[in-house]
Parts: sequence; structure tokens; C-alpha cells
Amino acid sequence: MAGKALVLAEVKDGKLRQVTFEALAAAKRLAPSETVALLLGQEGLGAHAEALARRGADRVIIVEHPALAMYTPDGYMQALRAVVDGETPEMIVFGHTAIGRDIAPRLAARYGAGMVSDIVEIRTDDGEARFVRPIYAGKAYQVRAFADGQKIVTVRPNNIAALEADPSRTAPLERLEVEIKDLRSVVREVVKKAASGVDLTEAKVVVSGGRGTKGKEGFKLLEALAEVLGGAVGASRGACDAGYADYALQIGQTGKVVTPDLYIACGISGAIQHLAGMSNSKVIVAINKDPEAPIFQVADYGIVGDLFEVVPILIEEFKKVRVS
Amino acid sequence: MKIVVLLKQTFDTEEKVVVEGGKVKEDGAQFIINPYDEYAVEEAIRIKESGDAEVVLISYGPARAEEALRKALAMGADRAILIEDETPSADEAYVAELIARAVEKEAPDILLAGYFSVDNGAGQVALRVAERLGMNHVGAVLKLTLDGDRVRAERDAEGDIEVVETTLPVLLTAQQGLNDPRYPSLPGIMKAKKKPLDRLTPGELGVERKETTQVIEQYLPPKKEAGKIIGGTAEEAARELVRLLREEAKVV
Repeated sequence: MAGKALVLAEVKDGKLRQVTFEALAAAKRLAPSETVALLLGQEGLGAHAEALARRGADRVIIVEHPALAMYTPDGYMQALRAVVDGETPEMIVFGHTAIGRDIAPRLAARYGAGMVSDIVEIRTDDGEARFVRPIYAGKAYQVRAFADGQKIVTVRPNNIAALEADPSRTAPLERLEVEIKDLRSVVREVVKKAASGVDLTEAKVVVSGGRGTKGKEGFKLLEALAEVLGGAVGASRGACDAGYADYALQIGQTGKVVTPDLYIACGISGAIQHLAGMSNSKVIVAINKDPEAPIFQVADYGIVGDLFEVVPILIEEFKKVRVS
Repeated sequence: MKIVVLLKQTFDTEEKVVVEGGKVKEDGAQFIINPYDEYAVEEAIRIKESGDAEVVLISYGPARAEEALRKALAMGADRAILIEDETPSADEAYVAELIARAVEKEAPDILLAGYFSVDNGAGQVALRVAERLGMNHVGAVLKLTLDGDRVRAERDAEGDIEVVETTLPVLLTAQQGLNDPRYPSLPGIMKAKKKPLDRLTPGELGVERKETTQVIEQYLPPKKEAGKIIGGTAEEAARELVRLLREEAKVV
């Protein structure tokens, strides 16, 4: 690629997100003339410039403004447009995150750019870049190519490996003043619901429960296991419909698609629509009383048994491992 | 008030996907209203029932999409527009341009759509339409309250809930949990047969088929081999699992 790449870096709970490093790696795969990382927020963004440089950024731009304290489409569009107009990148890379998937399509429409969402791989066929993305929530994959013009992609977390941090890399930091005004929406309040603080789609470990958890109490057990493993809790549609878990946790073709290193399915039978959302996880464990449950067809390791007996022992065993 | 709902007909989520010659095979598949669009339809009908509104459906797809539109009409929508294309494009920029032209003519106060479609799953089209029409949006809405032209929406942001306030006109994309869509009633189904359904072609909308991305191929993920069943008592199996995850799979 001859032109520049621009990567929207995201900070969550005071830290750069892993998907930002993965997005930088994706941008570098295209061999751009320069990789520019952009940080948007209220203040204190300069602290993250060094980490972005070490993971591949050649230049870091920060836009700090009180109106960027919370994400709003108008605020982000105004800041992004100021940067894109100045930098004219050939490729813009976002994480496929709450923010990335909300703003990237608007930016694409504004610039008449092509956009490929939720990519998991970049291939080169005969010198041409090809972008691989899941369709039908992972039941199949689709390969796309861009026509000429500006290009935008969003990168699915946990799929494209980040570059190793290189402490010798540095990048100049630039501050851009942008006028941000006339925001049409206001965020009045944020209600924190995600229990562990680990985002489901970004988590390395997902512990997921189905109807076999029998209720909210069962999910408490799964939360304890997730906590020991530093993971997040998910749920099947059956568990959500039964009111055992919040819909925000649902994994499947309706709901979220996850690709963690380790997926532990507890009391989940494995309906097709659930399998679509998790079967591309790297290692799958299934714990279910029914040896005929379809979940065992996609599991790397299976235990035919009662999750209420098995999970407490797993928690204790993992605790021992963590300590030693 | 006028509400436009964007609706796509998709594969039933319980369908297995079969790929032949680099394309997903549709023969014999069951089709449904994209589940996220169904929440959008239901929300539009609830707004209509609580006040006064006309609910117009807009869809892009082959002739078979009429079935999904008739179902949404049976739920209570007033009329439908189908932008008909027997070889629908997957390019979101082109699709959004077609839909934007049709939406623009309707000049809605509220544009509703699903958060994403369960087939293509990109979640681009509705947002592109909003940008094209200069309309604000709130994405992944879980709860909606309207008061005149004031809008209060709770949206899903990676599991946390953001309470957003804005004003009409606005695009709202429906996240799962927004409502529980109704089943069409028998009188509803009878009435839906006579409700207006206009068919348009991309040409009639004055849009030339120009794509910014092309689909090169589609394929199925490699089939997973069935794994190991770990036997023994609950205690033995759990210990062995931890050992295998550490030593063999090396993921913990």
C-alpha cells in the first residue's frame, strides 16, 4: 500500500485496549508509508503515546477536548474528520468495538469509502490484499477486496496478533486543536453492568452458562470460575430467555460472537445458533450432564457431569495453579 | 409522526450454512425477518400505538423478501417498499445509497433498524444511511422513551448501559432486549395482504451499481474434530482437565 494508515486507538479504564495493538498490527500488515495512531479523549492522553510507538505507530496524534470525555457520534465525527482531512490516510483501522462499529460506518459514508467490518485476517493473494471476515456469526467466512479509493476496516478482537512491544521504537507526538460543537446527543449517565470489567468480546477466557445452570445462583458459580481465570462470563440464549443472565451476555448468532483462547461451556447443549457464536474459539471445554449434547461435537475437552459438582473443583484447582 | 423501519430478510438462525462454489447455498433454507430488525418493527408499532404514527417498512433484496415484509405488515406496520434485486449486492456503501434514496423521500421523524443483520453482520448500512441524510443516531438501543421530539435511550456499550438524550429526527438501532416482538394476529395477517407494498428497482431510484468492495469468495471454517471426553469422578475429571489445559493446550 502506498498511502498512510490511520488507527483509532482506544483507552478503557485508563489503559490502551489490546484490540488497539491488534489494529496497529493489522495496519502494518498492509505496509503503509506511515502508521499514525489517533487518541481522542478529554485529557491525559499523552501518557499512552509511548506504548503506541512500541507497538508500531510511527506518529501519534492526540485530540483532547471536554466534549470527547464520553463517546458521542457527533463529537467523534468532528474530531475524526479534522484528522482525516489533514492526514488523508488511504486506510483507516478501528477495533470492532462499541465505538469502532458505531462510528466507522458514518465516517465511511462521509468520505465515500469502502469498508470491511469485523476482519479476522488479512491475506495477500498475488500481491492483492484480501480481508477475511466471519458471516452468519462464524458459520462461514467471507473474503473481500477493496476497489480503489479510501478504505476502512474494523478489526475483531483476539484474532490478529499484536506486534511484540519494541522498546527501541519512538514516535513523535502531535496535539491537534479541533473545534467540537453542537453535539446533538448527550450521555446523561453510564450504568456499569459488566461484572468483571473484562469485555466479553475481548476476553481471553470466557466461561459460559446455559439452562443447565438452573438460575442466577448457578451463574454466581461461573462468575467465580471466570474471576480465577481473569475471564468474562457469557450465556446461551436459553439462559437469557429464562432470565438467568442478562441479554448483554448472550453469545450466539443473535448476541455476541466470541473467539477467546479458552471457552468453557457449562450446562449448554449447543444449539446451532449458539455454536455459531463460539465455535471459532481456540480451545473449547464442555461440561454437560447429557453425553449426547451437540456441544461435545465442537469441544476439545469434554466432561460428562454435573456442573455444580465439577465447577467448584475446577475453581479450587485453578486457584492452586495460580498460586504455584 | 412518520417512522421508517429498515428490514432485511435473513436465513433462520437455526439453519446450517452450506457453501457451494464459493457461494452460500439458499435452496430449501428457511427465511425470517432479521431478529434485530424485528425488534425495530415491534418498537415502531408500539410508538404508533401510544400516539399517532405511520410505520413504513423499507427493504432491499430479492422478491422473496416480500414474505418478511408481509409478516411485519401483519404485526401492524402500514405500508412497505421493496427495492427489488435478484442478485443483491453485499457492498454496504452501494446498499446504503439505495436505501438512503428511498428513506429520503419518506422524510421520517424516526428511522429504526436492527443493530446488525445476523447474516452479513457488518452493521454498516443503517449508520451509513443516517450519515448520508445528516441524521443523528443512537446505536444498540435497549430502552426507548419519547416525549414530544425529545428522545431518551438506554444503549448497550459492551455490557454497560449508557443513558443518551437527543432529539428527533434520529436513527435508532435495536439491540436484543429492546422488546419482545409480537406474533401477528389472524386479523393482522388478513389485513396485511391488502396493505400497500411498492416495488422499486435500483434504476428507478437513480442509483448505478457501483461497489467499493467485492466479495471474492465464501467458505466454511475447518470442521472441528470431536475432542477428548475426560472420564472418572467429578474430582478426577476436573483435575485432569486442568492438567490438559496447562500442559497440552497451554491456554492457562
